[in-house]
Amino acid sequence: MSERMKITFTRHGVLRGARASLPLWIGMVPFGLVIGVLADAKGLTFLEAVLMSAIVYAGAAQLLVLELWTDPAPILAATIAAFVVNIRMAPMGAAMAPWLDKLRGWKLWGTLATLVDHSFALAVAEQRQGGRDAGYLLGVGVGLWVAWVICVGLGHLGGSLVRVPPGHPLFFASVAAFVSILVPLWRGPRVDLAPWVVAGCVAIAAQRAGLPMPLPLLCGTFAGAALGAWLELRGRGVAR
Amino acid sequence: MEIRGDVLLAILGMALVTYACRAGGYAVLRAVRPPAFVEAMLRHLPGCLFVAYCAPPLLAGALPAWFGALAVVLVQVYLRNIGVAICAGVAAVWLGQWALG
Repeated sequence: MSERMKITFTRHGVLRGARASLPLWIGMVPFGLVIGVLADAKGLTFLEAVLMSAIVYAGAAQLLVLELWTDPAPILAATIAAFVVNIRMAPMGAAMAPWLDKLRGWKLWGTLATLVDHSFALAVAEQRQGGRDAGYLLGVGVGLWVAWVICVGLGHLGGSLVRVPPGHPLFFASVAAFVSILVPLWRGPRVDLAPWVVAGCVAIAAQRAGLPMPLPLLCGTFAGAALGAWLELRGRGVAR
Repeated sequence: MEIRGDVLLAILGMALVTYACRAGGYAVLRAVRPPAFVEAMLRHLPGCLFVAYCAPPLLAGALPAWFGALAVVLVQVYLRNIGVAICAGVAAVWLGQWALG
Protein backbone atom coordinates (compact mmCIF):
# COMPACT_ATOMS: atom_id res chain seq x y z
CA MET A 1 0.00 0.00 0.00
CA SER A 2 2.66 2.49 1.03
CA GLU A 3 4.68 1.51 -2.04
CA ARG A 4 1.72 2.20 -4.30
CA MET A 5 1.11 5.61 -2.72
CA LYS A 6 4.75 6.68 -3.03
CA ILE A 7 5.00 10.12 -4.61
CA THR A 8 8.00 10.79 -6.86
CA PHE A 9 9.42 13.82 -8.64
CA THR A 10 11.31 12.85 -11.78
CA ARG A 11 12.68 14.55 -14.87
CA HIS A 12 10.50 12.18 -16.85
CA GLY A 13 7.40 13.52 -15.04
CA VAL A 14 8.38 17.12 -15.72
CA LEU A 15 8.90 16.40 -19.43
CA ARG A 16 5.62 14.53 -19.66
CA GLY A 17 3.85 17.51 -18.07
CA ALA A 18 5.53 19.92 -20.49
CA ARG A 19 4.38 17.76 -23.42
CA ALA A 20 0.83 17.67 -22.02
CA SER A 21 0.83 21.47 -21.97
CA LEU A 22 1.47 21.76 -25.73
CA PRO A 23 -2.18 21.45 -26.93
CA LEU A 24 -3.11 24.19 -24.46
CA TRP A 25 -0.70 26.58 -26.17
CA ILE A 26 -3.25 27.05 -28.98
CA GLY A 27 -5.78 28.32 -26.48
CA MET A 28 -3.27 30.66 -24.86
CA VAL A 29 -2.04 32.36 -28.02
CA PRO A 30 -4.94 34.82 -28.55
CA PHE A 31 -5.21 35.53 -24.82
CA GLY A 32 -1.48 36.28 -24.56
CA LEU A 33 -1.62 38.41 -27.70
CA VAL A 34 -4.53 40.40 -26.22
CA ILE A 35 -2.50 41.08 -23.06
CA GLY A 36 0.53 42.11 -25.11
CA VAL A 37 -1.45 44.47 -27.35
CA LEU A 38 -3.26 45.95 -24.34
CA ALA A 39 -0.01 46.43 -22.43
CA ASP A 40 1.37 48.32 -25.42
CA ALA A 41 -1.80 50.43 -25.73
CA LYS A 42 -1.55 51.35 -22.03
CA GLY A 43 2.01 52.57 -22.50
CA LEU A 44 4.01 49.70 -20.97
CA THR A 45 7.39 49.10 -22.58
CA PHE A 46 8.28 45.69 -24.04
CA LEU A 47 10.47 44.86 -21.05
CA GLU A 48 7.74 45.87 -18.58
CA ALA A 49 5.11 43.76 -20.34
CA VAL A 50 7.41 40.73 -20.50
CA LEU A 51 8.56 41.15 -16.88
CA MET A 52 4.94 41.34 -15.69
CA SER A 53 4.03 38.18 -17.59
CA ALA A 54 7.13 36.34 -16.37
CA ILE A 55 6.81 37.03 -12.64
CA VAL A 56 3.05 37.53 -12.20
CA TYR A 57 2.06 34.80 -14.72
CA ALA A 58 -1.70 35.12 -14.23
CA GLY A 59 -3.65 36.09 -17.35
CA ALA A 60 -6.94 37.17 -15.80
CA ALA A 61 -5.18 39.32 -13.18
CA GLN A 62 -2.92 40.93 -15.79
CA LEU A 63 -5.89 41.64 -18.03
CA LEU A 64 -7.85 43.27 -15.24
CA VAL A 65 -4.92 45.35 -13.98
CA LEU A 66 -4.08 46.56 -17.49
CA GLU A 67 -7.71 47.62 -17.95
CA LEU A 68 -7.39 49.72 -14.77
CA TRP A 69 -3.92 50.98 -15.74
CA THR A 70 -3.09 54.68 -15.35
CA ASP A 71 0.04 56.77 -15.63
CA PRO A 72 1.77 56.89 -13.12
CA ALA A 73 1.25 53.19 -12.44
CA PRO A 74 -1.61 52.39 -10.00
CA ILE A 75 0.60 50.49 -7.53
CA LEU A 76 -2.03 49.94 -4.82
CA ALA A 77 -4.97 49.30 -7.18
CA ALA A 78 -2.87 46.84 -9.24
CA THR A 79 -1.80 44.95 -6.13
CA ILE A 80 -5.34 44.76 -4.71
CA ALA A 81 -6.82 43.74 -8.06
CA ALA A 82 -4.22 40.99 -8.55
CA PHE A 83 -4.92 39.69 -5.06
CA VAL A 84 -8.70 39.61 -5.54
CA VAL A 85 -8.44 37.82 -8.90
CA ASN A 86 -5.82 35.32 -7.76
CA ILE A 87 -7.24 34.40 -4.38
CA ARG A 88 -9.00 31.64 -6.32
CA MET A 89 -5.63 29.88 -6.60
CA ALA A 90 -5.29 29.52 -2.82
CA PRO A 91 -7.52 26.41 -2.59
CA MET A 92 -5.71 24.86 -5.60
CA GLY A 93 -2.44 24.51 -3.71
CA ALA A 94 -4.28 22.96 -0.79
CA ALA A 95 -6.01 20.49 -3.13
CA MET A 96 -2.60 19.46 -4.53
CA ALA A 97 -1.39 18.60 -1.02
CA PRO A 98 -1.17 14.82 -1.68
CA TRP A 99 1.66 15.54 -4.14
CA LEU A 100 3.09 18.73 -2.65
CA ASP A 101 3.42 17.37 0.90
CA LYS A 102 6.14 15.01 -0.36
CA LEU A 103 8.23 17.82 -1.89
CA ARG A 104 10.83 20.06 -0.24
CA GLY A 105 12.74 23.21 -1.09
CA TRP A 106 12.68 24.53 -4.67
CA LYS A 107 10.65 21.59 -5.91
CA LEU A 108 7.80 22.57 -3.57
CA TRP A 109 8.01 26.37 -3.74
CA GLY A 110 8.96 26.39 -7.43
CA THR A 111 6.04 24.15 -8.35
CA LEU A 112 3.69 26.45 -6.42
CA ALA A 113 5.08 29.46 -8.33
CA THR A 114 3.96 27.91 -11.65
CA LEU A 115 0.50 26.84 -10.46
CA VAL A 116 -2.26 28.04 -12.84
CA ASP A 117 -5.83 26.95 -13.61
CA HIS A 118 -4.78 24.74 -16.53
CA SER A 119 -1.92 23.00 -14.75
CA PHE A 120 -4.16 22.42 -11.76
CA ALA A 121 -6.90 20.94 -13.94
CA LEU A 122 -4.48 18.62 -15.78
CA ALA A 123 -2.80 17.55 -12.53
CA VAL A 124 -6.15 16.72 -10.90
CA ALA A 125 -6.99 14.53 -13.91
CA GLU A 126 -3.54 12.90 -13.67
CA GLN A 127 -3.98 12.27 -9.92
CA ARG A 128 -7.38 10.67 -10.46
CA GLN A 129 -5.80 8.29 -12.99
CA GLY A 130 -3.34 7.20 -10.32
CA GLY A 131 -0.46 9.47 -11.34
CA ARG A 132 2.10 9.92 -8.58
CA ASP A 133 4.91 11.85 -10.26
CA ALA A 134 4.62 15.39 -8.85
CA GLY A 135 7.03 16.61 -11.55
CA TYR A 136 4.06 16.53 -13.94
CA LEU A 137 2.50 19.59 -12.25
CA LEU A 138 5.72 21.60 -12.58
CA GLY A 139 6.14 20.45 -16.19
CA VAL A 140 2.69 21.68 -17.25
CA GLY A 141 3.18 24.95 -15.35
CA VAL A 142 6.59 25.69 -16.89
CA GLY A 143 5.43 24.66 -20.37
CA LEU A 144 2.53 27.11 -20.23
CA TRP A 145 4.76 29.79 -18.69
CA VAL A 146 7.08 29.68 -21.73
CA ALA A 147 4.10 29.99 -24.10
CA TRP A 148 2.65 32.82 -22.03
CA VAL A 149 5.76 34.99 -21.99
CA ILE A 150 6.38 34.47 -25.73
CA CYS A 151 2.77 35.32 -26.69
CA VAL A 152 2.64 38.48 -24.58
CA GLY A 153 5.98 39.58 -26.04
CA LEU A 154 4.73 38.96 -29.59
CA GLY A 155 1.46 40.77 -28.84
CA HIS A 156 3.38 43.79 -27.57
CA LEU A 157 5.58 43.85 -30.68
CA GLY A 158 2.52 43.48 -32.93
CA GLY A 159 0.62 46.13 -30.99
CA SER A 160 3.29 48.72 -31.62
CA LEU A 161 3.23 47.96 -35.35
CA VAL A 162 -0.54 48.30 -35.83
CA ARG A 163 -2.49 51.15 -34.23
CA VAL A 164 -6.10 50.23 -33.48
CA PRO A 165 -8.61 53.13 -33.26
CA PRO A 166 -10.80 53.42 -30.10
CA GLY A 167 -14.16 51.63 -30.34
CA HIS A 168 -12.68 48.97 -32.63
CA PRO A 169 -14.19 45.48 -32.16
CA LEU A 170 -10.72 44.20 -31.15
CA PHE A 171 -11.16 45.95 -27.82
CA PHE A 172 -14.03 43.58 -27.12
CA ALA A 173 -11.35 40.89 -26.77
CA SER A 174 -10.74 41.65 -23.09
CA VAL A 175 -14.43 41.50 -22.20
CA ALA A 176 -14.66 38.33 -24.30
CA ALA A 177 -11.78 36.82 -22.34
CA PHE A 178 -13.58 37.42 -19.05
CA VAL A 179 -16.91 36.13 -20.37
CA SER A 180 -15.17 32.95 -21.54
CA ILE A 181 -13.55 32.53 -18.11
CA LEU A 182 -17.03 32.81 -16.57
CA VAL A 183 -18.44 29.84 -18.49
CA PRO A 184 -16.52 27.07 -16.66
CA LEU A 185 -17.05 28.93 -13.35
CA TRP A 186 -20.85 28.66 -13.64
CA ARG A 187 -22.10 26.05 -11.15
CA GLY A 188 -25.79 26.38 -11.97
CA PRO A 189 -28.53 28.94 -11.31
CA ARG A 190 -29.20 27.85 -7.72
CA VAL A 191 -25.63 28.59 -6.62
CA ASP A 192 -24.51 31.41 -8.91
CA LEU A 193 -27.47 33.29 -10.40
CA ALA A 194 -28.35 35.62 -7.52
CA PRO A 195 -24.70 36.43 -6.55
CA TRP A 196 -23.75 37.14 -10.19
CA VAL A 197 -26.79 39.37 -10.79
CA VAL A 198 -26.06 41.32 -7.60
CA ALA A 199 -22.35 41.62 -8.48
CA GLY A 200 -23.20 43.04 -11.91
CA CYS A 201 -25.91 45.42 -10.69
CA VAL A 202 -23.84 46.77 -7.79
CA ALA A 203 -20.87 47.32 -10.11
CA ILE A 204 -23.04 49.23 -12.60
CA ALA A 205 -24.70 51.27 -9.83
CA ALA A 206 -21.35 52.14 -8.22
CA GLN A 207 -19.94 53.19 -11.58
CA ARG A 208 -23.02 55.35 -12.31
CA ALA A 209 -22.61 56.90 -8.85
CA GLY A 210 -19.18 58.09 -10.01
CA LEU A 211 -16.99 55.94 -7.75
CA PRO A 212 -13.43 55.74 -9.16
CA MET A 213 -11.98 52.44 -10.43
CA PRO A 214 -11.43 49.87 -8.99
CA LEU A 215 -14.12 50.63 -6.36
CA PRO A 216 -17.18 49.65 -8.50
CA LEU A 217 -15.43 46.38 -9.23
CA LEU A 218 -14.66 45.65 -5.58
CA CYS A 219 -18.13 46.71 -4.36
CA GLY A 220 -19.82 44.46 -6.93
CA THR A 221 -17.49 41.52 -6.26
CA PHE A 222 -17.81 41.55 -2.50
CA ALA A 223 -21.56 42.23 -2.51
CA GLY A 224 -22.09 39.23 -4.81
CA ALA A 225 -19.65 36.94 -2.98
CA ALA A 226 -21.11 37.83 0.44
CA LEU A 227 -24.63 37.09 -0.83
CA GLY A 228 -23.42 33.80 -2.32
CA ALA A 229 -21.75 32.77 0.93
CA TRP A 230 -24.83 33.75 2.95
CA LEU A 231 -27.19 31.80 0.67
CA GLU A 232 -24.89 28.78 0.77
CA LEU A 233 -24.64 28.67 4.56
CA ARG A 234 -28.34 29.41 5.05
CA GLY A 235 -29.20 26.60 2.63
CA ARG A 236 -26.96 24.24 4.56
CA GLY A 237 -28.64 25.22 7.83
CA VAL A 238 -32.12 24.61 6.40
CA ALA A 239 -31.15 21.27 4.87
CA ARG A 240 -30.09 19.81 8.20
CA MET B 1 12.83 50.36 -23.81
CA GLU B 2 13.24 50.58 -20.05
CA ILE B 3 11.56 49.70 -16.79
CA ARG B 4 10.20 52.69 -14.85
CA GLY B 5 10.21 52.76 -11.05
CA ASP B 6 6.44 53.10 -10.55
CA VAL B 7 5.69 50.37 -13.10
CA LEU B 8 8.26 48.08 -11.47
CA LEU B 9 6.65 48.62 -8.04
CA ALA B 10 3.17 47.84 -9.43
CA ILE B 11 4.49 44.67 -11.10
CA LEU B 12 6.35 43.59 -7.94
CA GLY B 13 3.21 44.22 -5.86
CA MET B 14 1.17 42.07 -8.24
CA ALA B 15 3.83 39.32 -8.29
CA LEU B 16 4.09 39.30 -4.49
CA VAL B 17 0.36 38.94 -3.78
CA THR B 18 -0.01 36.41 -6.62
CA TYR B 19 2.74 34.23 -5.16
CA ALA B 20 1.16 34.67 -1.73
CA CYS B 21 -2.11 33.30 -3.15
CA ARG B 22 -0.36 30.34 -4.79
CA ALA B 23 2.03 29.35 -2.01
CA GLY B 24 0.23 30.88 0.97
CA GLY B 25 -2.94 29.04 0.02
CA TYR B 26 -1.10 25.74 0.28
CA ALA B 27 0.77 26.68 3.46
CA VAL B 28 -2.19 28.21 5.32
CA LEU B 29 -5.26 26.29 4.17
CA ARG B 30 -3.44 23.01 4.89
CA ALA B 31 -2.82 24.02 8.51
CA VAL B 32 -5.95 25.96 9.49
CA ARG B 33 -9.52 26.01 8.24
CA PRO B 34 -10.91 29.53 7.77
CA PRO B 35 -14.46 30.25 9.03
CA ALA B 36 -17.16 28.67 6.85
CA PHE B 37 -18.39 32.08 5.66
CA VAL B 38 -14.90 33.07 4.45
CA GLU B 39 -14.47 29.72 2.69
CA ALA B 40 -17.81 30.15 0.94
CA MET B 41 -16.93 33.73 -0.06
CA LEU B 42 -13.60 32.55 -1.54
CA ARG B 43 -15.53 30.12 -3.72
CA HIS B 44 -17.83 32.90 -4.97
CA LEU B 45 -15.13 35.56 -5.45
CA PRO B 46 -13.87 34.71 -8.98
CA GLY B 47 -17.28 34.48 -10.66
CA CYS B 48 -18.61 37.65 -9.04
CA LEU B 49 -15.41 39.52 -9.89
CA PHE B 50 -15.60 38.78 -13.61
CA VAL B 51 -19.32 39.57 -13.72
CA ALA B 52 -18.69 42.89 -11.95
CA TYR B 53 -16.01 43.62 -14.54
CA CYS B 54 -18.07 42.67 -17.61
CA ALA B 55 -21.44 44.18 -16.64
CA PRO B 56 -20.68 47.91 -17.21
CA PRO B 57 -18.97 47.53 -20.64
CA LEU B 58 -21.68 45.11 -21.82
CA LEU B 59 -24.35 47.60 -20.81
CA ALA B 60 -22.49 50.44 -22.54
CA GLY B 61 -21.66 48.37 -25.63
CA ALA B 62 -25.35 47.78 -26.41
CA LEU B 63 -26.51 45.21 -28.98
CA PRO B 64 -23.19 44.36 -30.73
CA ALA B 65 -21.56 43.67 -27.34
CA TRP B 66 -24.43 41.34 -26.43
CA PHE B 67 -23.98 39.49 -29.73
CA GLY B 68 -20.32 39.15 -28.88
CA ALA B 69 -20.97 37.86 -25.36
CA LEU B 70 -23.49 35.34 -26.69
CA ALA B 71 -20.98 34.08 -29.27
CA VAL B 72 -18.31 33.71 -26.58
CA VAL B 73 -20.62 31.73 -24.29
CA LEU B 74 -21.79 29.43 -27.10
CA VAL B 75 -18.24 28.66 -28.26
CA GLN B 76 -17.06 28.08 -24.69
CA VAL B 77 -19.97 25.77 -23.88
CA TYR B 78 -19.37 23.61 -26.98
CA LEU B 79 -15.59 23.83 -27.50
CA ARG B 80 -14.16 24.87 -24.10
CA ASN B 81 -11.42 26.85 -25.80
CA ILE B 82 -10.77 30.40 -24.56
CA GLY B 83 -8.78 31.36 -27.66
CA VAL B 84 -11.47 30.37 -30.15
CA ALA B 85 -14.13 31.94 -27.91
CA ILE B 86 -12.33 35.31 -27.85
CA CYS B 87 -11.98 35.29 -31.65
CA ALA B 88 -15.66 34.39 -32.08
CA GLY B 89 -16.69 37.21 -29.72
CA VAL B 90 -14.63 39.83 -31.56
CA ALA B 91 -15.95 38.59 -34.91
CA ALA B 92 -19.57 38.78 -33.66
CA VAL B 93 -19.09 42.37 -32.40
CA TRP B 94 -17.54 43.25 -35.75
CA LEU B 95 -20.50 41.74 -37.62
CA GLY B 96 -22.97 43.38 -35.24
CA GLN B 97 -21.44 46.84 -35.66
CA TRP B 98 -21.37 46.41 -39.42
CA ALA B 99 -24.97 45.13 -39.62
CA LEU B 100 -26.34 47.86 -37.35
CA GLY B 101 -24.15 50.29 -39.25
